[in-house]
Amino acid sequence: MSVSTAVQIAGLRLKNPVMTASGTVGFGEEYAGYVDWSHLGALVIKTVTWEPRAGNPPPRIAETPAGTLNAVGLQNPGVEVLVRDILPRISRCAVPIIASIAGNTVEEYARLAARLDGVPGIAALELNISCPNVKAGGIVFGTLPEMAAEVVRQAKENTGLPVIAKLTPNVTDIRTIALAAAAAGADALSLINTLTGMVIDVEQRRPLLGNITGGLSGPAVRPVAVRAVWQVYEAVDLPLIGMGGIMTARDALEFILAGARAVAVGTAHFVNPGAAAEVAAGLTCYLEEQGIADINELVGAAHRAGGKGSC
Amino acid sequence: MSFVVNGQVVLHEPVLRDCRRLVLYAPEVAQAAQPGQFLHVRCGETADPLLRRPLSIHDVDRSRGLVTLLYRVIGRGTTLLAMRESGEQVNVIGPLGRGFQVPPQHRRVALVGGGMGAAPLFFLARALAVVGREVLVFQGGRTADELEIADFAVLPVQVSTATDDGSRGYPGSVVTLFAAAASDLQPDWVSAAGPPGMLRALAGEMQKLALAGEFSLEERMGCGVGACVCCNCRIGRPDQWTYRRVCVDGPVFPAGEVVWE
Repeated sequence: MSVSTAVQIAGLRLKNPVMTASGTVGFGEEYAGYVDWSHLGALVIKTVTWEPRAGNPPPRIAETPAGTLNAVGLQNPGVEVLVRDILPRISRCAVPIIASIAGNTVEEYARLAARLDGVPGIAALELNISCPNVKAGGIVFGTLPEMAAEVVRQAKENTGLPVIAKLTPNVTDIRTIALAAAAAGADALSLINTLTGMVIDVEQRRPLLGNITGGLSGPAVRPVAVRAVWQVYEAVDLPLIGMGGIMTARDALEFILAGARAVAVGTAHFVNPGAAAEVAAGLTCYLEEQGIADINELVGAAHRAGGKGSC
Repeated sequence: MSFVVNGQVVLHEPVLRDCRRLVLYAPEVAQAAQPGQFLHVRCGETADPLLRRPLSIHDVDRSRGLVTLLYRVIGRGTTLLAMRESGEQVNVIGPLGRGFQVPPQHRRVALVGGGMGAAPLFFLARALAVVGREVLVFQGGRTADELEIADFAVLPVQVSTATDDGSRGYPGSVVTLFAAAASDLQPDWVSAAGPPGMLRALAGEMQKLALAGEFSLEERMGCGVGACVCCNCRIGRPDQWTYRRVCVDGPVFPAGEVVWE
């Protein structure tokens, strides 16, 4: 049977719901030669800031059980290099590009949103208000509902592009942040960014990462991410992009059934450069096998089925 | 040009108690590989341990399509890898990174290796010897055993050895051995690989001797292709450096530009 994987997110029509998770595939071009991004619904590129950033001292990555802990610290060449040098190269890929931005201040988010407004090759903005590895900005904006709302409001006022807020799980109740971002006008929500974690080097008797703490990603965080999507789906009427440890189409389906209209594949690329494209192909297979005509039928379907247990 | 391929295990044998030699049939990788480059190796099939392991290329046989890796079994990833048997497939990305580039005017090249640093230098020694360069190998290890991981004697190169415990060759650091021999042997270029402490000491000696060269660095790595920017090192001058990615800007860097912690 012919099936449809197309989804509508924040005014964007995507041919399938699979994206890359920001920060895991750079600007996409690092993976040229291994992957054809045009098989995906969208390419979410690495977070840029107003000024270039050097990032954190190494080591920046540690392996953890079924996951990794990273503390890159938003190393990036700055928004001007993105616009001038990188976008002209990568916008030749036949895939919508979503730019991720982070500021030290609310005003900087506004300036970044304004700078990228109308820039050819950008389909939407993702607000990174959830990076756990920088001293200023980042997660600070994602943990306080009023700050999250202010960043979203300022971004919306300064761009005509769809605005997606990426939320952190490092909060007491992610629904309060989601509600604040929705009320401020966010067009969609991405959940989740990494969980704050730490590894100690027992031989050296000191923290392993140069930044001391880092962000946990990979399959280890998947249940936390699925839970976040489940909760926010019930609380907020916005399209959700689910991510956290997706390695296969089956993993992606958990998110979709929990309420995600799109999904992002991140850390899996380190293991398998073809991971996102394989997830997209696997979703089509699942629809065909199950005789489901349209993937949108599955979005949030687990809520309608109810849970087996009681609590 | 690099590839994501399944290489078939042709030979997988212990070299020492904790080292293994892994020979993979991967003709496109063998064809493209240059000394100093590495393969990003998927050690198991499950999500734990998750990440690939960067292993330097020890040797290639282009006519037979073979790539040899030499690695030490250290943690969970390499322990899993050590269990792979002949006939099995091992998924690798490679060849990756910028390898050794010995400028053509240098005719007498010193290769200085400490411990597992001998692994990538073997491939380089062979490649240099084939094109008629004079190769002076300085191989160091903790013990005589450790020197046996790479048999430089099969190549037309001059080999000097040093061991920390004095069980073979010069008793002490390979850097001291190199520095003492350099004034007589007059190498005009140095290519080195080994632990950071050794490379740092070597950089000091090279500066005294006004010798240029390249070092192969290691860092904890994520993607291996330059996207995640996790495997950074400091390149430049002590007062003005930038982070560079070991996986794509290296792993081999100009010796004089490595800024040590």
